[in-house]
Amino acid sequence: MDYLNFVHTQLATKSADLPDFRAGDNVTVFYRIKEGSKERVQPFKGNVIQRKGGNEPTCTFTVRKMSNGIGVERVFPLNSPNIEKIEVNKRGKVRRARLFYLRELTGKKARIKERRFIGKK
Amino acid sequence: MTSIFLEDGTNVCCTMVEAGPNFVTQVKTPDSDGYSSVQVAFDDAKEKNTSKPMQGHFKKAGISPKRKLVEFRDFELEAAAGDEIKIDIFDEGEVVSVTGTSKGKGFQGVVKRHGFHGVGDATHGQHNRLRAPGSLGPGSTPSRVFKGMRMAGRTGGQTVTLPNVKVVKVFADKNLILLKGAVPGARGSYVTIQN
Repeated sequence: MDYLNFVHTQLATKSADLPDFRAGDNVTVFYRIKEGSKERVQPFKGNVIQRKGGNEPTCTFTVRKMSNGIGVERVFPLNSPNIEKIEVNKRGKVRRARLFYLRELTGKKARIKERRFIGKK
Repeated sequence: MTSIFLEDGTNVCCTMVEAGPNFVTQVKTPDSDGYSSVQVAFDDAKEKNTSKPMQGHFKKAGISPKRKLVEFRDFELEAAAGDEIKIDIFDEGEVVSVTGTSKGKGFQGVVKRHGFHGVGDATHGQHNRLRAPGSLGPGSTPSRVFKGMRMAGRTGGQTVTLPNVKVVKVFADKNLILLKGAVPGARGSYVTIQN
């Protein structure tokens, strides 16, 4: 295990300081995309429905958004060098860590309550 | 297994192998042994867990007792008994083959063991057995089952060689090598890497 940590400290690629966010939050992920030789940044805005992998170097998070009435989910590795920045638009008040129930809900039912009081760290 | 990011941002799944320190214990030549090979030892063992004949064998090469001995036929590099073989004989981006003992699965049916598709229908003499092998062959001619007919049995635990494995990264000072994808065997088991 310490060898694994060694490898990841050697190969750490995290590009930016990312904000603290959790399942239920509404975020915009600015993801670098290569098209041929050109590079551009694509924003992806949606609700975080799960964070996976804890503090491991390989941890990921899943963002779900509705695109023209179709649900789209994207999994981002948190430590990817392609993530330019993450903006937290809204803090959500949810009662579980994995919000897969949102997949069955649309429209007004798929809303997440906003967390107004952000507790002490 | 773990995953790392390359410089261009792609995410690669890889397996980390602790590949050393390896010591040469014996060099076999066509004159003395009838063929040429190099015997390499890895993983320190306690002296009390090493048999007397093996202790003598390690002593002759001038190294401490080891757990695992592997022989490589027609070794290309120059080596003498007692030499250390470093992992930096492999370059990043090189293609190697990895040999290990696959994970034991116990007594398994034909679907898992040989990739049969199962019967699924109520035909071929079956009605309620989805994973049965079906017929073993014709009846009165030849009135026996052919040799080598694939049936249920012990699965896994075999020596498996995986060719065309790419070397992603080499940490020579820590004797670590990162190989792309999975390699045969359980965690903590021994593998040999050859090019």
